[in-house]
Amino acid sequence: MKKSKKNRESVQADHRTELAQFITKKQFRFSDWIAERVIRIVAFLSITIVVLIFVFVFRETLPMFRNRVQPVNLTQETGVASGPLQPETYSPDGQEPEVEMKPEVYGVEPESLSTGNLEEDTVPADKSGDPGQYAVNENRRAISTFMSRDWQPVSDNPRYGMVPLFLGTLKVTLIAILFAAPISILAAIYTALFAPARIREYIKPAVELLAGFPSVVIGFFALMVLASFFQQIFGYSGRLNAFVGGFAMALAAIPVIYTLTEDALTAVPRTYTEASLGLGASLRQTAFQVILPAATPGIFAAILLGIGRVFGETMIALMATGNAALISANPFDSVRTLSATIGAEMAEVVFGDTHYSVLFLIGSLLFIFTFILNALAEFYFRNRIIRRLQGKNG
Amino acid sequence: MNRTTKDTIIKNLTGVSVLLILFVIVSMLVVIFVGGWKNLTWEFLSRFPSEGMTRGGIFPAIVGTALMTMIMTVAAVPFGAITAVYLAEYASGKSILAGTIRFAVKTLAVVPSIIFGLFGLGFFIKFVGVNMDTLLYDGALHWGQPNLLWASFTMALLTLPIVIVSVEESIRTVPREVREASLALGATKWQTIRKIVLPGSITGILTGTILAISRGAGEVAPILFTGAAYYLADLPHSPSDQFMSLGYHIYIMSTQSTNVDETLPIQYATTLVLLLLTFSLSMVAVVLRSRIRKKAR
Repeated sequence: MKKSKKNRESVQADHRTELAQFITKKQFRFSDWIAERVIRIVAFLSITIVVLIFVFVFRETLPMFRNRVQPVNLTQETGVASGPLQPETYSPDGQEPEVEMKPEVYGVEPESLSTGNLEEDTVPADKSGDPGQYAVNENRRAISTFMSRDWQPVSDNPRYGMVPLFLGTLKVTLIAILFAAPISILAAIYTALFAPARIREYIKPAVELLAGFPSVVIGFFALMVLASFFQQIFGYSGRLNAFVGGFAMALAAIPVIYTLTEDALTAVPRTYTEASLGLGASLRQTAFQVILPAATPGIFAAILLGIGRVFGETMIALMATGNAALISANPFDSVRTLSATIGAEMAEVVFGDTHYSVLFLIGSLLFIFTFILNALAEFYFRNRIIRRLQGKNG
Repeated sequence: MNRTTKDTIIKNLTGVSVLLILFVIVSMLVVIFVGGWKNLTWEFLSRFPSEGMTRGGIFPAIVGTALMTMIMTVAAVPFGAITAVYLAEYASGKSILAGTIRFAVKTLAVVPSIIFGLFGLGFFIKFVGVNMDTLLYDGALHWGQPNLLWASFTMALLTLPIVIVSVEESIRTVPREVREASLALGATKWQTIRKIVLPGSITGILTGTILAISRGAGEVAPILFTGAAYYLADLPHSPSDQFMSLGYHIYIMSTQSTNVDETLPIQYATTLVLLLLTFSLSMVAVVLRSRIRKKAR
């Protein structure tokens, strides 16, 4: 109701402004025209950036898929140069070489593999078929190991099993949200409904100060203080684990969930509160049976964005989770999250390598995931809360 | 249980959660202050790291962070402010384009910071940088590698939504009457924006800038592989040099250093410097923002 009234007001305002413009009848000014063009183009930039992020993060994963057909090109290109040699390198029936080459690939040092791959990328024509061959086998094999249970990208026999990374990320996210959601929702309820008016003005900025801590500082705090503190309480052996990391990430998620929940609660029209109180309900009953249900979609959106914040958190994961890619249900075991894997390994890979592409693939997945979370929070839940507040069935 | 007791219990429970959050904030501040305070000397701030980074100061990291945030601000604030002007003044509520831009801004605000790092690597370094090298330097490696400029640009993308949101919020507080008075006097729309709306929302632009600097100075993930260096013997001379950064320094010293225990005082003091920087900036922003909100009421 509040919303629609606002809309009506702004529509009226638009009409008034248009009227004013019509009456004064501005003459055409070139500088104005330029300025408005520039403003429109720049505003369009944010859409462009989102598209570019998607395109360029995904683009770097392509070599992994593209290289699979590379041998055909190589045969054609080098076939001209070295003629009859090629058929020997690539046995007549196209599928065979993979099987033949496999032992060789396993034996070769990963470094030489990656340099071979890199050279093949930059100067494909003047190399013999071999580096391409390695790359093909490595890529194919890499893709086939995605569903395996070990993440061992740097070894003689690299395996890129993303299952432990996914499960690890989910575990840390779950722990973080279990800490962050209840406490920030309760705190938001206090701020929006129970706090005395004088204190209210100070609580919100104070809690939001938590957002002023850089994640590297929270990570440092977790590494130095929380890890030892929890170790004393629970007496587990590994200092850094999913529990410590999850708790630290909860600190990063609290301001997100708190702020959005508080906004959702204050957006519930005053008339609801007054009607409920007028019927004799207590403030607590009003809060939990009237205001909270009305604001539920908004709170869900807040939790979703909190999940998005934790899911992509890198520095805290790098510093406080221990970074061992284990699959276990124990919260006190070390985990390696998706984003921490990118952060830890990207600096050490050879550009264009299979490992490099796999890391970008993980990045693309993270991006798509947060994009979907945001879209859900934005469209689904926001529409629901608006409809609900307008009295329609949400 | 009687109704009033239940009420009191629930009310106290919610109150306690606020206190818990405040307690965590205060304890983090106290721990880092106590740990870093005695090492926070002028020598620490003004010297280069020495003896394999176990002694000496963090001067290059401070300079690197400052340079990076400066370039970032120059890149992010104009674009952010102009987008905010569009959203507040030109975009009508129902237009699809405006809705898409709004959604794009929100998406940018929630994209994990590590993705910006990947984007910086994939776009600025591997695409723009490498192509610049091919055109200008005949393929010699100059821009196609991690450096200060690309790291700052990456960070500018990350902070863009922060600027947009706070500038737009403050543009909306400029009273309609003032705008209409300007239009009625014969000013064009652009003249009104330039002479009335923008000066009126200068606090918002300032808040956005401060928040962006506070965020940019503290983020590490986007610069992990777009320009931050572990140790440099010299300050960066041009935008194509790598740089040291406070946040990256903390990360490296506390996780990758060979002698974590010995460098503990340095780590705490570096964290304290970074925290003082980001925290005081966001305090200023909070005060400015509450002033804007009061004006809006």
